[in-house]
Amino acid sequence: MTAFGTAAGRPLQGRGGSPGFRFTVYAALAVVIMYLDQRAHYLEPARYALQSAAYPIQLAVNSPPTAWRWLRESFQSRESLRAENERLRAHQRDLELLAMRYAALAHENGELRGLREALPPVAERWLPAEIINIQLSGLRQRLLIDRGASNGVFKGQAVLDDRALIGQTTHVGPWSAEVILITDPEHAVPVRIERTGLRTIAVGAGDGSSLALPYLPANADVRGGDLLLTSGLGGVFPEGYPVARVSEVHRDAVQPLAQVRAAVLSHIDSDTEVMLVWFREGHPAAPASTAASGADARSGNPAMQPLAAPPRPAAAPRPDTAVAAASPPAPARAAAPPPRAAAPKPRAGPQAPVPAAPGGENPAAVIEAAAPPGDSPPPADTPADQPQVPPR
Amino acid sequence: MVTVGQMRFRITLTALVALILTVLPLPVWLDALRPAFLVLTVLYWSINTPRAGGIGLGFACGLMLDVFQGPVLGEHALALSIVAYIAVREHQRIRSKPAFQQSLLVFAALVFYEFVVFAIDGWTGHPVTSPLRWLHCLTGAIIWPPAAAILSYSEGRPA
Repeated sequence: MTAFGTAAGRPLQGRGGSPGFRFTVYAALAVVIMYLDQRAHYLEPARYALQSAAYPIQLAVNSPPTAWRWLRESFQSRESLRAENERLRAHQRDLELLAMRYAALAHENGELRGLREALPPVAERWLPAEIINIQLSGLRQRLLIDRGASNGVFKGQAVLDDRALIGQTTHVGPWSAEVILITDPEHAVPVRIERTGLRTIAVGAGDGSSLALPYLPANADVRGGDLLLTSGLGGVFPEGYPVARVSEVHRDAVQPLAQVRAAVLSHIDSDTEVMLVWFREGHPAAPASTAASGADARSGNPAMQPLAAPPRPAAAPRPDTAVAAASPPAPARAAAPPPRAAAPKPRAGPQAPVPAAPGGENPAAVIEAAAPPGDSPPPADTPADQPQVPPR
Repeated sequence: MVTVGQMRFRITLTALVALILTVLPLPVWLDALRPAFLVLTVLYWSINTPRAGGIGLGFACGLMLDVFQGPVLGEHALALSIVAYIAVREHQRIRSKPAFQQSLLVFAALVFYEFVVFAIDGWTGHPVTSPLRWLHCLTGAIIWPPAAAILSYSEGRPA
């Protein structure tokens, strides 16, 4: 068969109009698609379908590394397997020792918070997922994992590895999902400094291993080595999971804000598996709700508020409710006041806020704890062994 | 002479290979150097078979790129449609140039493509301002002569 009479035989302008006309049509189509995807989110189903079409390619792309790993594992020597087994067994023994105390501590904590019974753990279900593709190119830090909507994965789900928080899902396909890492410059995670309870926002720094804390005032009590935990605000991540460790604090006399960097605790470059987590709904430590996503999470989720007050000491156990309804940048601003609120105490200086730490999470809580003397013990968040008065 | 159907099949196949090369995981330093294989492929077909390749091919390939690495659907589709349109319009002039001058023109096309993507990135609120993102234009221009030779072999022409 020759080309004669087919579309290729006709003049260039013959098929579907001139190049200029076809270009106009396609360009207009692209702009409309962009508008719909960006503004109205009408295209989630289309993206879903395209993602399922792309899945075989993603699998094919991932197959050489997977095959190599499989080959290496299957030719591992007996000794190395035995050594690994030994190591894992020792590790498990350590974990069991820790877990032994865990039940008792959880019960005690519940009593201190004035709850009638111990709560079940906040994480209801775990699902391991394999990393198919890592995109750390440019300043975009995304993962592709092999679980999708068919496994019940939803948009905005927390993703962890065995050490710390990794990120959250952004696009969910039928069998795969895209995860935005906390180190992506477009991602911000609400955190709290474990030592002082000071809340702030950690923004991805874009270099694959560190976060920036841009909203801390220069006199904030933060040092190198401080552990950052998720604060439970924002409706995506539950409270109390490790995120990063402060690596460098720089205070400049002319800058109102401190420049703080933190190194993430997860090891994305060496992980092959991550964990998707479902949280118990209605649990005080759980993120707002599984339906919270997009605009809902942005404007504060009303579902968060009924959980606020456990039976007795009203404001103390959940001092963050007032802030919880605010938009994401707001917690940063709200987190800033504590040092200043605590400053009127006799001992000024950067270390002064430390003793106020129990209530330091929220100015209101500080005042309440301070105003009626001897009314109630400080909120239960205080570690029992932390000295209430700093050494002189 | 090959039929349009066969031509389409070959174009689809090369585009698929280029797409795989584009999304193949690479170490970070190598990733910045990775040429935009799919853009080169679309350019080649737009220049050499403007009837079978061209703007529609650019749009389809761009949409696939968007699914893999676009912050918003339609971004790469628009950029690749524009580049393909220019290539189709000027295909006779580009085709008659020697390899070195073709490489220069390809470099210009890649910079233009990257600029469109860069602009849309900014407008949609996902700015990526690292200068590394422009690096692939250079490697793309360098790799153009061998890539064009391989593609012309797949077209069934002697290189």
